[in-house]
Amino acid sequence: MRRGTPILSTVIVLLGAAYFLVPLYAAFQFSLQMKRGELSLEAYRSVLSSSVFLSTLTFSAVASFAAIAMGALLVVPTVYWVRLKLPRLRPVVEFLSLLPLIIPPVVLVFGHIRLFGSNSVLPLTMTASGTNVLLVMGYVVLSLPYMFRAVDNGMAAIDIRTLTEAAESLGASRIRTIAGVIFPNVRSAIVSGAFLTFSICLGEFVLASLLNRPAFGPYMVQLGQDYAYEPAALAILSFALTWTLMALMQLFATRSPGRRRRAPLKTSTTP
Amino acid sequence: MSFLALSSIRKSFAANTVVKDFTLGVERGEFVSLLGPSGCGKTTVLRMIAGFETPSAGSLRIDGEDVTALPPNRRRIGMVFQSYALFPNLTVAQNVAFGLRVAGVPGPERETRVAEMLRLIGLPDLGARYPYQLSGGQQQRVALARALAVRPRVLLLDEPLSALDAKIRVSLRSEIREIQRDLGITTIFVTHDQEEALSMSDRVVVMNGGVAEQVGTPFEIYNRPRTRFVAGFVGTLNQLEAVVRDPGRGLVEIGGTTLTMSGPLAVAPGRRVRVAFRPEAIRIGAAPGREVMLRARITAVDFMGAVIRIRAETEGGTLSLDTFNRPDTPPPGIGTRTDLSLSSRDLIVLEDGPAA
Repeated sequence: MRRGTPILSTVIVLLGAAYFLVPLYAAFQFSLQMKRGELSLEAYRSVLSSSVFLSTLTFSAVASFAAIAMGALLVVPTVYWVRLKLPRLRPVVEFLSLLPLIIPPVVLVFGHIRLFGSNSVLPLTMTASGTNVLLVMGYVVLSLPYMFRAVDNGMAAIDIRTLTEAAESLGASRIRTIAGVIFPNVRSAIVSGAFLTFSICLGEFVLASLLNRPAFGPYMVQLGQDYAYEPAALAILSFALTWTLMALMQLFATRSPGRRRRAPLKTSTTP
Repeated sequence: MSFLALSSIRKSFAANTVVKDFTLGVERGEFVSLLGPSGCGKTTVLRMIAGFETPSAGSLRIDGEDVTALPPNRRRIGMVFQSYALFPNLTVAQNVAFGLRVAGVPGPERETRVAEMLRLIGLPDLGARYPYQLSGGQQQRVALARALAVRPRVLLLDEPLSALDAKIRVSLRSEIREIQRDLGITTIFVTHDQEEALSMSDRVVVMNGGVAEQVGTPFEIYNRPRTRFVAGFVGTLNQLEAVVRDPGRGLVEIGGTTLTMSGPLAVAPGRRVRVAFRPEAIRIGAAPGREVMLRARITAVDFMGAVIRIRAETEGGTLSLDTFNRPDTPPPGIGTRTDLSLSSRDLIVLEDGPAA
């Protein structure tokens, strides 16, 4: 028997969509009204032509990439080792990875400032580069729940223990096993974690503001206080950027290992 | 000294000892199966040979070299896993070439070896495929090729056929044996399937509770099981309780009938022992050379084509017997009273095994 159109579900979906889309549309509509009496992209032009926009965006993007690299270097070997050798510690590690969701960033940053402030053993806040390092560290912590979960799910999908043993029985060292077997098979998971990290760090406000770094988050807030139409345009731009990243993540995350391309016809032993 | 020598190996996980004082010598080119129920320690022994587990005590030598403390990647062993464990991101050819790349074998030689291996397993044209594009049987053959490509000193097979369907399992088992014979590679095969162990091996090690209950050729294991566990685990075995009358002359009594065993018994007179024999050792009716006669009543007849499996009630208990189908002799009817005969040569007195 064919079921009819699920009216209630459709209504709920439409309401949910409206909840998100109507304000977004309103912001978009508003962002086009910078010139009186006509719709124009003036607000976007104004935003994009600002050198502060580009410099803060670049700063945040670089900090995000650094956080991704550090996060992946921290999380991938940890998850691998815990799953391989210390499975009983997994709930503990999982709990630790969730702590950034419970502890507010403001607590984290004050902790940083106290620990690495001017009268500490390692006064990182005394220099710009030192503070940048602190910011990236903070980003790594903030994105830990997402990076950990993505990589952990990726490793759950493949039998890392047997693959490790297979590689070792063929003479591979532990490092070669991680680099040549484990890493390529969880690459899509790492990419997912990376995009989530990027989305979080790009517009992050609290850490960047309290550490007084020229990042994109504080810039957006500042712009919101000083201008009318540009913040709406900026909001739409950052949404577009985040959604593009989400789409890319979806693309990478749904590809399973070994299915990246059609098998070539030629027999070859080189990857 | 044996090519692969395991001496007094013990393995404990916390308070649980899973392998106890395990000693085994395997000759070069020999195919030895470790057979036993799950949890008997057979896989742990294999994993210790591979280096994935370290023995709590004892030593392990391959070709005279003590490898007890050597990490797995330096033992030069090849291993095939139940779950195939092919690298999903690599093609068949790249999978087979993996160990060769690690060993630094130059490109042209590597390609020749990969092609040779793929020919050996009968899949010369599938080098460019990914593992997910292959059937289970094909994946396991690739796993075998990958393990053999590096020319290991010992090949370890960890229940490689268990995940496959029955038909593929039978054909692959003769294929594996043929390849093993051709290459003359020393092989340890872990299985819980007695048919696999008996049909493939030069020798079988029957394990139970972490100890080797019996080591012998398939013929010896099947026909002369040493312990009650081996007798019960390998094949079907009829067991009757007997009372020892004259151990020196090998006389025992079963349900009022005195039987002469093939040799003297090391048991005190009056002691109860279990006497065992295979279903195919029994005949219906008297026959020359079969001096043991038992009165029985037929209780079930299963016609299976070439073989007819019959169950019969005797004074000592229920027996199972197999006869070949003969077109001119229909099987006996249920309820028929008949004599069963067997030769005392086919009788085995079972010792109690360490864990039986």
